[in-house]
Formats: sequence, C-alpha cells, structure tokens
Amino acid sequence: MSRSSRSNVLLCALLLLPASFMSCGRTGSSVPLPKPTAFGTAIVEAGGEKQIAQTGTLLSQPLIVQVNDDHGNAVPGALVEMQAAAGVNLDPAYGLTDSNGQFTANVTLGGMAGRYQITASTIEKSGTRVAVKTDEIALGYQQTLGSQLNLQYCDRCHNSESTAERVSNYDNLEVKPHPFTDGDMLNKISDADLTAIITYGGAALNKSALMPAWGNTLSKSDIQALLSYIRAVSDPASANAGPVYAKN
Amino acid sequence: MKHWATSLWQKLFGDSVRAFGVVSIVFLFSIAIAPAKNHFSEWRHYQHGYLKMIRNRSDANTLQRHFDGGIQQIWLPEIGVVDRCTSCHVGMKEGTLRDVSSQPYRPHPVIPHKLDQFGCTMCHRGQGAATTVAEAHNSTLAWEQPILPAKYIESSCGECHRGSLPGTPVLNQGRKLLSRYGCVNCHLVRLPDGTTIKATDAPPSLSHIADKTPREWIYAWLKDPQAYAATSSMPNFQLSDADARDISAFLIANSTPLAGDTATLSAKPSSDPAAGASLYGESFCASCHAVTNAAGNVVGGDVGPELTRVGSKVKPEWLHAWLQNPRRYDPGTGMPHYRFNDREVATLSTFLLGKTDSDLLSNVHLDPATPEQIAHGKRLVSDYGCASCHEIAGIKKPENFAPELSRIGSKSITQLIFLPGMSHTLPDYIAGKIKQPRAFSPALRMPQYSFTTSQIDAVTTALLALNDRSTSLPPSLTVPAAAESNYQPAGKAGKLMADLACFSCHRINGRGGDMAPDLTWEGSSVQREWLVQFFKNPGTLRPALIRRMPRFNVSDSEANELADYILTVYQNPIIDRDFVPPGDDSQGEIELGRQLFYGKYSCQGCHIVETKTDKGYIGPTLTHVGSRLTAAWLYQWMKNPQALRPGTIEPNRAMSDEDARALTAFLVSQKGVAPKEVEKK
Repeated sequence: MSRSSRSNVLLCALLLLPASFMSCGRTGSSVPLPKPTAFGTAIVEAGGEKQIAQTGTLLSQPLIVQVNDDHGNAVPGALVEMQAAAGVNLDPAYGLTDSNGQFTANVTLGGMAGRYQITASTIEKSGTRVAVKTDEIALGYQQTLGSQLNLQYCDRCHNSESTAERVSNYDNLEVKPHPFTDGDMLNKISDADLTAIITYGGAALNKSALMPAWGNTLSKSDIQALLSYIRAVSDPASANAGPVYAKN
Repeated sequence: MKHWATSLWQKLFGDSVRAFGVVSIVFLFSIAIAPAKNHFSEWRHYQHGYLKMIRNRSDANTLQRHFDGGIQQIWLPEIGVVDRCTSCHVGMKEGTLRDVSSQPYRPHPVIPHKLDQFGCTMCHRGQGAATTVAEAHNSTLAWEQPILPAKYIESSCGECHRGSLPGTPVLNQGRKLLSRYGCVNCHLVRLPDGTTIKATDAPPSLSHIADKTPREWIYAWLKDPQAYAATSSMPNFQLSDADARDISAFLIANSTPLAGDTATLSAKPSSDPAAGASLYGESFCASCHAVTNAAGNVVGGDVGPELTRVGSKVKPEWLHAWLQNPRRYDPGTGMPHYRFNDREVATLSTFLLGKTDSDLLSNVHLDPATPEQIAHGKRLVSDYGCASCHEIAGIKKPENFAPELSRIGSKSITQLIFLPGMSHTLPDYIAGKIKQPRAFSPALRMPQYSFTTSQIDAVTTALLALNDRSTSLPPSLTVPAAAESNYQPAGKAGKLMADLACFSCHRINGRGGDMAPDLTWEGSSVQREWLVQFFKNPGTLRPALIRRMPRFNVSDSEANELADYILTVYQNPIIDRDFVPPGDDSQGEIELGRQLFYGKYSCQGCHIVETKTDKGYIGPTLTHVGSRLTAAWLYQWMKNPQALRPGTIEPNRAMSDEDARALTAFLVSQKGVAPKEVEKK
C-alpha cells in the first residue's frame, strides 16, 4: 500500500468519525433525511390506527398519516417522521408524503403486551413541529388466548360486523350486546363485575338473560384471559389495559 | 522530553529497593480496587434503579420486602436451566408493577407456567448464566443463541406441546402450513415421539395427466401456478420457457390412458342457462371449492382446488367422467361421488367449462415435442424432485430429497451461509430461506412459495420448535398431540362412506375433517326417519352456515344402509336410546320448558323455534327438533353438551334435572312438518 493511499484512509476515517457520532445521537441511521418539497400545517391519521396484533408481529394494515395545509387540503412532498418506543420497527420511519399527501409505514410491534404509541410528525414552514399520536395494541399470551376464545364463543354476538364466512348474530338480538371495543361502557364495569357476568350470565347482574353463563364451559383462567383481552382492546383505553409504550 | 522520562524512571525504579516499593504499592492498590469491578457491575446498577423506582410507590413496603439483593438464579438441573435473568429483571413476579413500562422492571405477563419451574431461557432463549446485558441477550463468539424475538416466542411452547394449543395461534398455523403446503413431502420432519409430519396437500397423480389437461395448460401452470389459481399450494419453480416446455412434453408423453377416465354423455345439458349455476349451488360445491369473484375475493372452501379458471384446464371428456365418479380417476380423492345422472353431469360440466380465462393460454404456443425435449423433461422432473409430491409413472419417489428438518431449530449458525445485510440469527435465516429460497443460490431447487409475511413467521415459528431440547425433554414435560386415528368404518356402509368421502368434512372416532359436525355419537343423537330423509335431501340446520352438506343423490337402499350403520355403531355408551326422561310429557311440563327456553336460559338468542319471532342465528334451527333428535340425547345435551361434543360452543348451563326435563319435553314437542316417508328396504 502506498503512503498516499494510507493517508487517504486515515483522512476518511477522521471524516467519518464525527459523522458517526452525529448519527448515533439522532435516529440511529446515517442516511440524511430527505428534503421536503412542501410544508403542511397539520398531520392527521388516515388509516391503520388502533390495530390489534400479537406482540412482535407485523400489523396487517400499514399505518397511514396525512399532512394537510391550512385549508385541510392534502400536501404532497412534506416530510413525515415517525417515532416509537424501542422494539417497534417502522418501515420506513421517515419520508415524503405521496401525491395524496399521505405517508405509509409498515409497523412491527414490540415484544411487550400493551399499547404502543407511534408519533408521526411534520415540520411547518416556520420550523414548528406538529405531531399526531396513534395507538396500536399488542396482545401478550393471556390476551391472545382471550382473543381466540372471543372468536370461538363471543364474537358472533358481540361483533356486529358480518363477513362472507361468518354471519353476525348481533342484529338478531333484542338487547344489543356491547362490542368489546366499547370502552365508554365496558370501562365503567369493574373487573369483578365483568368476570361475574361472563361466569354467571347477564341475568345474574340484572343484565340481559340473552348473555348466557359461561362458568361451566370456560375455566377460570379462560375467563381471566377474556377479561384481559376485553381490557386490552377497549376504546377509549381502559385504565387496566397496561402501560403505553412511547418514545422517551 | 526524553530527559524528563529518564529522570522519572530513575526516581521510581532507580534502585532495587525503590523498584520493589513502587511495584508493591501498585500491586496492593490493584487488589484494593478489584472489588470495585463487582461494585460497578450492570446488575447492581439495575437493582439500584429498581429500589429507586419503588421508593415512591404506595406499595413500596411490600416490594421492598420481596426484594432480594445480589445475583439471583433459577437452577433446574433436570432441564439444564441456569438462569440469572432475575438479577436484573427484579420485578418479574410483582403483579402490582403492571403499570411500569420500562425494562428490566416489568413484571412477567400472565402465562400458564411458574417462572420457578421453567426458568427464563426455556422460552426466551439467550444465555441464562450471563450477568451482563450484552452477553445474556445477544449472540457472542462463545454463545450463539440470542434472545428469541417476540414474534417467534410460541415456538418455545411447541417444544413440549406437540398438539395445538388455544393460546398459540401462530404455532398452530405454522404447523398446519407445513402439512398444507407439502413442505414435508420433500423435507422429512421426524417428531420427538418418532412419528413424522404428514402432508395434507394431496397433490394429484400425473401418471394419466394427458387425459385430464392439455399440454398448454401444464406449461402455463408450471410457469406460474398462482396465475391459474391464487390459492394454489403448488409453488413456483421459476422454470425457464424451455424447461417448462420440456417438462410438459415429458408429462404428456409419459402419461398413459386410464380405462374409464373419459366419458361421452348420453344426455344433453339443460337448456336453462341458469341451471348449471344453480346445480353448482345446490350441490354445495362451494363448501369445498373456491371461486375468485369479480371483486377479487376468494369465496368458498379450501378443501378442493379453486375452480375460477377450471374451463381453461380440464378436457370436457375427462370432466364428464370425473363428475360421474371421481374415484375412477383418483381412488383416494377427497371428492365425494355424487350420483349425478348424465343430464346433470352435462349441465354442471357445461357450467364449469365456461369458467375460462382467455389470457391464461393465449401466449402459449408449443410445437410438437421432440424426443430430446422429452428426455430433457424427464431429467428435469428428477432434478426438481417432482415425484416427491406427485405420483409419476416410471419415476421413483426420491428419498430424502431435501434436508431433514427434524432439528432445524438447533442448527448452528456457523453452518449457515447468510445473505449480505441479513442479521446472523437462525430465525432470520429460516424466514429468509422460506421467503426467497433461490436468493441464497440460483442453483437451489427449492421453489418460490407465495406466503405472506405472517405465514412466513408462522412457518418459522413451527420450525424453530423442532430442536435438540424438544427431543431431550424429560417425558414428564412433554404434552403429546391427540393422535389422528386411522379409523375405518366396516362393511358395505364403510365402502359407501368412503365413496361419499364423509371423512373429508366429518370427524368420526378421531379421524376426518373439521368442517362439519363430529359424528362419533351420531347414532345416539338422531332419529332414524330424519336421518334417512336428510341423506335424500339435506336441509339446512344452521341458517347462517355457508358450507353445507351436499345432496349426493343416494338411492333409498343406500340411505337406509347408512342410517342402519350409523344408528347401530355410532352410539354413546352413556345414552340409552330408549330412555325417556322421567316425568310426564304433559302440557304443563312443555309449558314450563317453553318458559325456561325464552326466560331463564334465553335460548332464542342462538336458536329459532318460532320462525316468526325468534331470530337466533348461531345454533341449529329447532322448529322440528322433536322429529330430528332423540329425547335421551336432548336430555343429556342439556346437562352437559361438551361431554357429548367436545368444543361445542353451546354453553354448559349446569341445569337441574327438573329444568333439563322440562326443556327436553318442550323441544320434543317441536315436531315441525312431518318428513316424507322413505320406503325402508
């Protein structure tokens, strides 16, 4: 190796050193952010929020946010950055909005059960940062078991949506069951009362007798699992839903 | 500069006494500070952090009392666990810390096992004995087993639990895919109990393929199976045009005609253009076969192949013979033998042959095959291991065509060749290999599957469970899978059941599909007259059900034969068919039952008795249940439905004898319209 090439290597290393320090301090990637071609004044959710998936898995729908201007019109070419707690993978984590003013990212949840808060932000022309926060729901073992039991035993009545393969019974019931996402209603019922309703049936707590007693069909731990699932998916979030993981 | 250093050296080590003194001081100092290394260790840092965190909590006293300083260890020699993870993960067992979001202080989420009995690395992998974050979680030079990413965590359940579990949907799906997509046709997977995973994809025999399909279709199919049917489990071998041409040439040349697998019909199709579609509907073909509709949605079952473009695939004469009796072409097919007459066959085949896709074969122009092409095609068929899945006359099924995967979950990463940019972990390698096998080398023969990301994760999860530990577990820890039996009904009825492919949908004595009800105790459950009538003209028991029992057009004698067999053999020992529930069937008893039905138990939420008012969609319609089920069955069903049909969603209401009796009386009184008598022969 000649003397000049050796000094070149040295020079490169010296130049790279501060660069790598800088990148460590920020997003952890050394690729510079793209330059926005336009600026909006607001950022809103446009799809993929409040999805429910098992811990560590890819959400079935991508998370979409939209950048708008003062008049509520979509702004293409605005820079969007997404941030989430460690363990969440955002692909991509930043980029410019497309021709519809939207930015789309695939989200892989972290490994712990609870809610993962994803913050999507854009910079206004003035340099002020505006952000929107989105929650995605990660199910641990117990909630996953609950979700499976829900599909087998509860969903046909408690979910009003029908699919081609699964016709909902919701509309056939005189007293409408509460969807498990109905946080406004279900969050008011204590754990003990919800457990009692599932175990002894609706009539036991002066609710509809159309809700049968499941205490002889499901085990105590099954009912516990159902409860933890109901708490996990409620909207607005239940106080018992577990922690929210957000970027520090 | 140099002078300064020399004088310092002189001052410190100038003579032997000085040198001895200085060395002694340095030595004593280093002994004195040695404990500091321990003092500043990571686990102490985390324990200090924990104590600081709990200090201001309302439950500080309890948490403080539970706290035990120093290195913690879970030691389970029987399963080789030495886990010190709880030295830093201090709050593992503290349920009250559920609101804490920062690691390592989160309590462990609820699982069915105790941490003290299984330790941490049984499920999470990683290096249990390590006491630094990096060594415990990541792979190091001496330890290549990093923490298992959360999305694969269910693989650890699969090490002990060999069957499907309600709380592990990913593992269950992965195991199903290994069979459903025929992975195990090429890759041997021997389970720790000595059995092998069996494929369930049922690839057809190609020995008589020329009778069934034109060569052009085989070519198009080989080039891109998913272009023909998106749901196809046949992978894409990424063949060149010439290779696809030669394989199709060989398969056609190698095919021999089979007596009776083509037929000319004695009748013309129905003149009504809608007759085909309605016959397809009435025969409930959609229970097993899917069709992609105009909106791009796949509608229908996945037991049989998708039929969206079947008219571009099969030859009319073959389809006629197949619809007359599929077992002539393929004795082992899961397709029932509908007893269609020639007019029905003509009508249905005209309908099916109309399902064509002009794009599929428009660009396929094959010249007549040359002997060289056929010979080359034969070589390719051997090279790609086609006979691992398909029966092909003259080609032996290769043994161990692909690497055995029985212990893939313990494969050392030093034996793996990773792609550039890929993280060097086993799960990533396996997932990468499933996602794009040929990326690892274009010379590899493993084909391209069209799995989604979640399917790839599921298969990876199932494969990671196949590891050294799963084979060396103490027997007390393993939970075997429910064995699939090879139950075979006997005699004439047994032959009839095979011909009608009952086991494709129904399960009996541990064998068969899960689409339709388990019939193991059917003989205790139903009344003979109803059953015979049902065979002749299956009605719909559940209003919301999409997949239904087809009408097989069985003869009266066949219906009687089946009914006799079912009523004699499929009897539950706890049910006496002639049992009459104690008490009278008086009007009062029936009325009490009605009140219980609509009041206390509110059965109308799921069932229909009064067609005008009841709307329950989930359970069977009960308008004529008194003509369908036996009183003995109804009574036992009220008492404990799960005992009769495990897994049924009918809740066990723990009814008193009196309630069960009254409800039985009420249901028995629901006779509905008397079914038409079928002559008994």
